[in-house]
Parts: sequence; structure tokens; C-alpha cells
Amino acid sequence: MEAIRTEKLTKRFKDVTAVDGLDLGVREGELFALLGVNGAGKTTLIRMLCGLTKPTSGDAFLLGRSVVREPKAAREILGVSPQETAVAPNLTVRENLELLCGVHGLSRAAGRARAAEISRRLGLGEVERRRAGKLSGGWQRRLSIAMALVGGPKVLFLDEPTLGLDVLARAELWDVIRRSRGASR
Amino acid sequence: MKLFAFAGRNAKEILRDPLTSVFALGFPLALLWLLSAIQANVPVELFAVGRLAPGIAVFGLSFMTLFSATLLSKDRESAFLARLRTTPLTAADFLAGYLLPALPIALGQSALCFAAAVPLGLPVGLNLLLALVLQLPAALVFLSLGLLCGSLLSVKQVGGICGALLTNLAAWLSGIWFDLDLVGGWFRRAAELLPFFHAVELQRAAVAGQFAELPAHLFWVLGYAAALFALAVAAFRRKLR
Repeated sequence: MEAIRTEKLTKRFKDVTAVDGLDLGVREGELFALLGVNGAGKTTLIRMLCGLTKPTSGDAFLLGRSVVREPKAAREILGVSPQETAVAPNLTVRENLELLCGVHGLSRAAGRARAAEISRRLGLGEVERRRAGKLSGGWQRRLSIAMALVGGPKVLFLDEPTLGLDVLARAELWDVIRRSRGASR
Repeated sequence: MKLFAFAGRNAKEILRDPLTSVFALGFPLALLWLLSAIQANVPVELFAVGRLAPGIAVFGLSFMTLFSATLLSKDRESAFLARLRTTPLTAADFLAGYLLPALPIALGQSALCFAAAVPLGLPVGLNLLLALVLQLPAALVFLSLGLLCGSLLSVKQVGGICGALLTNLAAWLSGIWFDLDLVGGWFRRAAELLPFFHAVELQRAAVAGQFAELPAHLFWVLGYAAALFALAVAAFRRKLR
């Protein structure tokens, strides 16, 4: 089964068409990138696939679950790291991860274990006790991706994951992303 | 569990912000001590601790509007809210998660204000407990305003509207700092149509044990609390769509 499939997916904002009848298929385990100029509709597409924006017409399916008709079921299998880093600034790195465990319904003990595992996998150990708002852009991006992985998503959306990072930080983060492929659970 | 995790995070965000200690606690307590010192030298009925402390307890709530609105607005602008919307949290979880942790913080703030006023002459008794209970609808008024502003405004706009305009409105139109009869006319009538004056009078009547005066003021505060909460819920749900 395809991880992502879109059928004539369209989004219009008044007189602007951001996404126009898109048909797309992404296989499971595939690392798929959307490239385009500013305003091409990449973020709008991701927002529709995540259920944050309703399509004007058409539909999209995540492992067969319609984001229009079964948004709750679709949300259960996706993780997202938005374009902005979207972390809780006054919480420590570890608390941010445990927060996401909590909102995904994990018990406190299970949440601690899951947060520790994700932190280890993403190499966040050395900054675990630091407040997220005080971290550098690179560490915040890494935390943002770690938070997206907490729920064990089968489909992971990363919107501009290396935005604002230097060359070294970019390379390191792409390594993390490649390692995470097929290993989120 | 989901709700508690989110509510706990919001409580930590508010309590760990240094501005909370400065504005929610430090500023009202400084005002209480300063005006009580003035009262000790130049007695004015308005600044007697039994009238001043309830007024400052209500005024302190206006900072809770600022904190709750800023938190929600920041979450919207930083896409943190968008991230959480892709999790199993429901709209009701979001609303309760923003509101529930702020309520005990607001009541704690009022309790500390009363506690600080006790050494200045505020009588300790069951009336203080009643005042704290009656502070709940007033807290809901201010926190609903915060939810409303946080849903509709940017962080910068929240700073201007909740930080400057609302705190001034709450100060001028509540009768905390001067007797509204000194201005009278339309100014007093306008103040009586808003919740701030009634919230302050409700607290003053509770502290003084003037129970016959409670229902009239409570009616206004409860009415505003219900209306503002409904407005805030509608604005928030609209933003979530």
C-alpha cells in the first residue's frame, strides 16, 4: 500500500490556487522531497496532508486513511515537524519529549521510557536538561524532529527541516533523518 | 492523561516566565505596600486595607489575561499549536488545557495578595475564604478575555491590547484607585456596565461581610464570565478549523 496518495488534491485561497489537482503517490519507506520556489504550495500541501487545512476539492490518503473523511484515523499514524521549530520554549528538551508522549496518551512511566529512547536515538542527551528556548537553531530543529517521532508515526512530514542551518548542521540533521527512515516505531 | 500533559505544560510555561513573578506578584504587592504606607501617613478611606486589598486582587487578574493571551498567541505564531493539532488532542482538550492551569494560578495570586495584606491589618476570617471563592468568576472573566485575545491577535497586538489597554481599563473603570463618584456621570455609568467595577465591589463586599450586596455584583460578573467564555470558545474553535 502507498504511504501517501493524493487524488486531484486542490486548495484555493480566494483567487489564488495554491495546489491544483495534485495526483501523487509515495511508497512506504521512501524519503520523498517536495522542491519548489517560495509560494509554490509545498507547505499548503503538507498542511492538507496533516489535516491542518481542508482541501477545496480532492482527497488524500495516508496508508489508506482519508484525511478528509477520517482525519482522526489519519492523525494517529502521522508525525509533523512544522516549518517553524514549534517547541515549548520554557520546557527542557526532555520535558518537551515527555509532553508529546503525554498528548499521545502514553502513561507517565511509558512516556519517560519513550522520551529517553527518542532522545538517545536523536543524540539529544547532552542538551536534555536545557530549556528548548535557549538552544541553538540546529538543536531546536533536531528536537522538533524528535518530537514528531515520539508518537511512532508511520508517515513523517518535515517542512523545511534544515531551514537556517549551516552546512555542517544540515549534513548532520540529514543523517538523523535518514537513520529515522523506517525506524520510527 | 492527554489533557493533564498539555495543562501541565501550560502551567510550567506561565510559572517559569520571569514576567509572571514580576507582574503577577511583585507589582500588585508593591502597590499594596506603597499605598498602605501612604494610607498610614495620610488616611484615605479608599486605601484602607479592607478596600485596597480586594481591589488589587482583582487588578492582579488583568495580568493573567496578558499571560494566557501571550501563551496562546505565541503557540499559534510558533506553529506549536499546529503541531499539537496533529496529535490526538481534541478541541475540548485544548480549551481546558489553556484554562484549567491558569485558574489555580489566578486564585493563588489573589490568595497571596490577601496574605500580604494580613500584616497590614486585613482581618483573617471566613470572609477571606468567601472572597477567594467569589474570585473564581472574576478569574474566568479575565482568562476568557485572554483566550479570546490569544485566539484573534498576534503576540505584538496582545502586548498592546492586553498589556496596556486592558490593564488601564481595569484600573480606571473599577474604582480601585479613585472613587468613581468623583467623576460621576457617564464615566460612572460606563464603569457600571463593565465587569471590572462589579468584580472589585464583589470582593470588597465579601471581605467586609456585606452579604446583601453580593448577589447584584455577582450577577454582573457571572454574566460577563459566561458571555466572554462563550465568545472565547467560538473564536478559538474558529481558529482551529
